[in-house]
Amino acid sequence: MQKSKLGIDFERVKYAKHIAGKIAGDVQKFVDGYTTVAVERTICRLLGIDGVDQNAVPLPNIVVDELHTAGILGEGVFFILGNAVIETGLTPQEIAENIAVGKLDLKAINVHSQEEVSAALKPFLDAAIKKIKDRRSKRENFIATVGEGAKPYLYVIVATGNIYEDVVQAQAAARQGADIIAVIRTTGQSLLDYVPYGATTEGFGGTYATQENFRIMRKALDEVGDEVKRYIRLCNYCSGLCMPEIAVMGALEGLDVMLNDALYGILFRDINMQRTLVDQYFSRVINGFAGVIINTGEDNYLTTADAFEEAHTVLSSDLINEQLALLAGLPEEQMGLGHAFEMDPQLKNGFLYELAQAQMTREIFPKAPLKYMPPTKFMTGNIFRGHIQDALFNQISIWTGQGIQLLGMLTEAIHTPFMSDRYLSIENAKYIFNNMHDIGNEVEFKDGGIIKERAKFVLDKSINLLENLEKEGLFTALEKGIFADIKRPKNGGKGLAGVTEKGSNYMNPFIDLMKNRK
Amino acid sequence: MSGGLYSMESKEFDKTLDLKQVKPYGDTMNDGKTQISFTLPVPAGNEAVEAAKQLLKKMGFENPLVVFYKELTPGYTFFNCYGSCTHTVDFTAIHVPKVESTTWSMDETDQYIKENIGRPIVVLGASTGTDAHTVGIDAIMNMKGYAGHYGLERYEMFDALNMGSQVLNEDFIAKAIELKADALLVSQTVTQKDVHIKNMVELVEMLEAEGLRDKVILVCGGPRITHELAKELGYDAGFGMNSYADDVASFIAQEMVKRKKK
Repeated sequence: MQKSKLGIDFERVKYAKHIAGKIAGDVQKFVDGYTTVAVERTICRLLGIDGVDQNAVPLPNIVVDELHTAGILGEGVFFILGNAVIETGLTPQEIAENIAVGKLDLKAINVHSQEEVSAALKPFLDAAIKKIKDRRSKRENFIATVGEGAKPYLYVIVATGNIYEDVVQAQAAARQGADIIAVIRTTGQSLLDYVPYGATTEGFGGTYATQENFRIMRKALDEVGDEVKRYIRLCNYCSGLCMPEIAVMGALEGLDVMLNDALYGILFRDINMQRTLVDQYFSRVINGFAGVIINTGEDNYLTTADAFEEAHTVLSSDLINEQLALLAGLPEEQMGLGHAFEMDPQLKNGFLYELAQAQMTREIFPKAPLKYMPPTKFMTGNIFRGHIQDALFNQISIWTGQGIQLLGMLTEAIHTPFMSDRYLSIENAKYIFNNMHDIGNEVEFKDGGIIKERAKFVLDKSINLLENLEKEGLFTALEKGIFADIKRPKNGGKGLAGVTEKGSNYMNPFIDLMKNRK
Repeated sequence: MSGGLYSMESKEFDKTLDLKQVKPYGDTMNDGKTQISFTLPVPAGNEAVEAAKQLLKKMGFENPLVVFYKELTPGYTFFNCYGSCTHTVDFTAIHVPKVESTTWSMDETDQYIKENIGRPIVVLGASTGTDAHTVGIDAIMNMKGYAGHYGLERYEMFDALNMGSQVLNEDFIAKAIELKADALLVSQTVTQKDVHIKNMVELVEMLEAEGLRDKVILVCGGPRITHELAKELGYDAGFGMNSYADDVASFIAQEMVKRKKK
């Protein structure tokens, strides 16, 4: 039996997870009946379709848009491409190329049975599964033979807009001690309903997520990983309108960590909730299979809502996200559930409340590599105080055993990090992680004290909220603005037009091949 | 490396404050003491330290001191430095355009609107273009506000709608027409490669094309925005760092009344 340093009643936690499971189950019932343009494009990519036409439109978009316009997307791209392979004897890639130049009309293809379709596509399907498995064992082998950093992993961002410049920054950060490099995406990519192609050197506040950029950065991190004798993880953003597509590109190119949270997209990017929950399911199945750690975005709630008053919403959302991930077969060891150090620094005893929150989150999700976010909302441009805020944040992380430490930068709110900002930030974390290494094992909390009482209070409040959510359902809760004080209508937001009910011939065998498997 | 720290040598300089010739202050008037940090794309070593010192001299610093340096990655060295600035500025000759309004409390502004306008002012706000950051517009508009300054939503005499982030200028204007907005607030946080400027200018041009520019009070805000820049781009006011809802609310109320009188 797990022992709580906070006096948490684990029966209550079990109950909370039970309700969260019911909320997630309701969502899943909806998800199972639908597909989206992004899901279908992902299947195209898994079947080997890649590249762009002469207008730079990705071929997966060409194929899927064709079916969508013809109103037959509900049959699913797998079924239709399978028939096309049978009829033409071409590969899916060749079929896509023919469609792009108007030489092939998928609407006119003869229909065969699902068994025949499966047989025809089996070689392509097997090839995709093998590629992803090989990529995964490559990572596992690197870690087993060369090694990796200790948790909490030090996570820093690069954001130059130019993938080649990103490489310089990322390798420098790895040499300074970073364990995870996140390549921030260019502003607005989450709202593109396609994934750009090729290496890119222009972006605003970040770099385009493309398969080629993934490949370039993976190679650079493997090089520097060999040099520093640590596996360096690569993080990108499996969010927005291309969630599952980015997941598959990451799975093929050896990404290790993916931001992957529908709730974040709904609230902060105004993406339609039906669209993104369907997309999220397939993306999490892929991430689970590829051994990718997902990061959820609860920390962001606290950039708009108050971190002290709304702490329970973060926990409730983590609990729901955990259940949604389990339904997609994603193991707990790959759940980087999000939370943050975002209370107002002027708050009396704020450190104690943050400590309670972090310890509580740790105990409620014991196996998860929790993603802990640094202060951002109250970073003011006073870099000297900012560096201290980051130090307090680092202390809580080592004290409570967080999994992934998104390093705070003293220049947060001023600019994307300079090379020297990253150095100072890593130095800050390493100093504290070493100097306070075993504090968590040494110090106990006082019965009836601020920390224990706070944890109990937040858990109780979170359970209340889950009980209400269970009555209303997640969709209604989002419409009412329960999370982050932001309201989103079920039929509003971006991407709804790309959602389609599954038809009678619909098939996506990748789900069965990947879910709950290694 | 830091031998100069305890140096007893002192140079003679005039220790009285002269606002016509202001320079940085460390612990003695006119000592010019300044801290600077930067990274040079060179490997660490004596040559790197010398390069940093020479650069500091070119920047106008006397007695440059490199107090710390560290090679961040091969070929890039970070420096923490001090020096005495030789340049001065004439503080008495400085004129910075400011938003010309008096900042009142929420109650005062509400009262003023009741007495002078007699109906709630309709304000529409958004973080426009590709900008995904809502921190700024939320701080000004949301009920809770920021750092103890309540947002416009809490004002009795403002009907405030925050459209959030990544709002297209087209949609922003359409909403303004629908709500008959009196004032428009544009927030711009991401400013890489000056995307914000292009986007802000586009909004002004679109408002002019719709014949709306004179009918609304157009305000922008963000960490890199100054009132001077705002005026230059054709806005009525710009609010930068350390501005709160009270500043914006007071300005809008006073500007509305000013325009009514004309």
